[in-house]
Amino acid sequence: MNYDRYINSRIASVPPSGIRRFFDLAASRKDAISLGVGEPDFKTPYLIRDAAINSLVDGETQYTANRGLLELRQEISLYLSDRYHISYQPEDEILVTIGASEAIDLALRALISAGDEVLVPDPSYVSYAPGVIFAGGTPVPVKTRQEDNFRLMADELEKAVTSRTKLLILPYPNNPTGAIMEKRDLEAVAEVVRNHDLLVISDEIYSELVYDGHTHVSFASVPDMYPRTLTINGFSKAFAMTGWRVGYACGAKEIIAVMNKIHQYAIMCAPRQGQVAAAAALRIGHENDYESVQIMRESYDRRRRLMVSAFRSMGLDCFEPYGAFYAFPCIRKTGMTSEEFCSRLLQEKDVAAVPGNAFGLSGEGHIRCCYATAVDKINIALDRMADFVASHS
Amino acid sequence: MTKLQTSLLDILREDCRIPLEKLSVMTGASLDEVAAAIEDLEKRKIILRYAPMINWDRTDRERVEAMIEVRVTPQRDMGFDAIARRIYRFDEVKSVYLMSGSYDLLVLVEARTLKELAAFVSAKLSPLETVTGTATSFVLKRYKEEGVVFENDDTDRRLVISP
Repeated sequence: MNYDRYINSRIASVPPSGIRRFFDLAASRKDAISLGVGEPDFKTPYLIRDAAINSLVDGETQYTANRGLLELRQEISLYLSDRYHISYQPEDEILVTIGASEAIDLALRALISAGDEVLVPDPSYVSYAPGVIFAGGTPVPVKTRQEDNFRLMADELEKAVTSRTKLLILPYPNNPTGAIMEKRDLEAVAEVVRNHDLLVISDEIYSELVYDGHTHVSFASVPDMYPRTLTINGFSKAFAMTGWRVGYACGAKEIIAVMNKIHQYAIMCAPRQGQVAAAAALRIGHENDYESVQIMRESYDRRRRLMVSAFRSMGLDCFEPYGAFYAFPCIRKTGMTSEEFCSRLLQEKDVAAVPGNAFGLSGEGHIRCCYATAVDKINIALDRMADFVASHS
Repeated sequence: MTKLQTSLLDILREDCRIPLEKLSVMTGASLDEVAAAIEDLEKRKIILRYAPMINWDRTDRERVEAMIEVRVTPQRDMGFDAIARRIYRFDEVKSVYLMSGSYDLLVLVEARTLKELAAFVSAKLSPLETVTGTATSFVLKRYKEEGVVFENDDTDRRLVISP
């Protein structure tokens, strides 16, 4: 039977993720060292896991409120004002979702009407552009460049705005580049946002992973931007809780209410044990000054330096990534495309990295390498990569 | 202790074979600073040695371990230190701790056979004049030591490639 006429043509129009294809290739090489992962190599700190275990033992197996456990929303509210100086009411300005991913999807569906244009920095996390299309909008890539340290520049943004532009997605610290936005960079973006009356979805999932004396600035804390910002964050990266699937969106209660309308019909609520664990993560963090986050951050930072320094010794151009856990070196000097480089690196040296073009056209010429992997493995992978680069230069 | 030294200890306790050049890159300090910081840690006996952690259960070496709770009479002016010193000098003794609670010293002893270990307790430890009693417990299996889990728990369950 041919199902084509049954399938939603808008969904069918979106090509499958470039990462998926590479995943199949990498998964077939059993001994490969992967720098292609996108999650921490730490396990969730045990005290957090223990809170979820206790919750199960106590028989807490019911639905929670649609918006999430009030206790968790209160902890989120406290955390955001503590860490990023932004204040949201637990009752109606915070929505707990299944990972930050659901929050992004809800935000796009809640805000986009047919024909709306959404500005998406390029390269960026793979889900934004398809999410915009699924919601009936048009994604408009905004080029970012290595010479600007992959920051979103106001002039590029300005060029991409049209009369149909409604939203800007602001994903910093950035996956795949590791770029961060300093306060002055955000202020320049804010100017454009204000002038063109835009709303901003600020995906700050890597907010805790910022290094070398830099600090994360929430876009909502930039003057005038609070009412124009939907802040999205979650527990996956900061607390090594990827598999728990807990994230959240915070913003104007009018927008959160619409997102919650979709959420309550489609999802009901995020899984209870994930929420309990997330609440414990913030409570414990608040009590011990986020000690486990600090330990993980320091450990990532050491590996970050190791990786960036190794790329530079190979003669690869690599800008200093101050956020997330990725380095994004330029591989153009090998004469290969990103895909060619990654396929051959995998086949010849058993090292997996992700081609930069999987994250948008501006990622071409780069590869994403994750340093959330054991030091000994990183060292072996980098040695092999050095051989590879030397023999192809 | 400096911040650099704290960082170095964090790295070295996981893997002390990382060369100085890499330590320098990882900490952002110069080669000379790293070398001086480590030398200082060694001089101050903060780093005592660089030794691998071995799971002897996976080797064919015969070996028994016991934890012995020892009750002693403390000596005037010396407290427990003199008797602790007498005990730790025996080669069989791997660790000695002064404890709070119902006994005084916890002594970790290693020997090749049960017989040897029993002989150590009855012929060497118990006869010491200030030792008033011992209770020996044999180690049956080691699960975790110094933060390292001894069972196979190192599977990387992450997806090879994820967005």
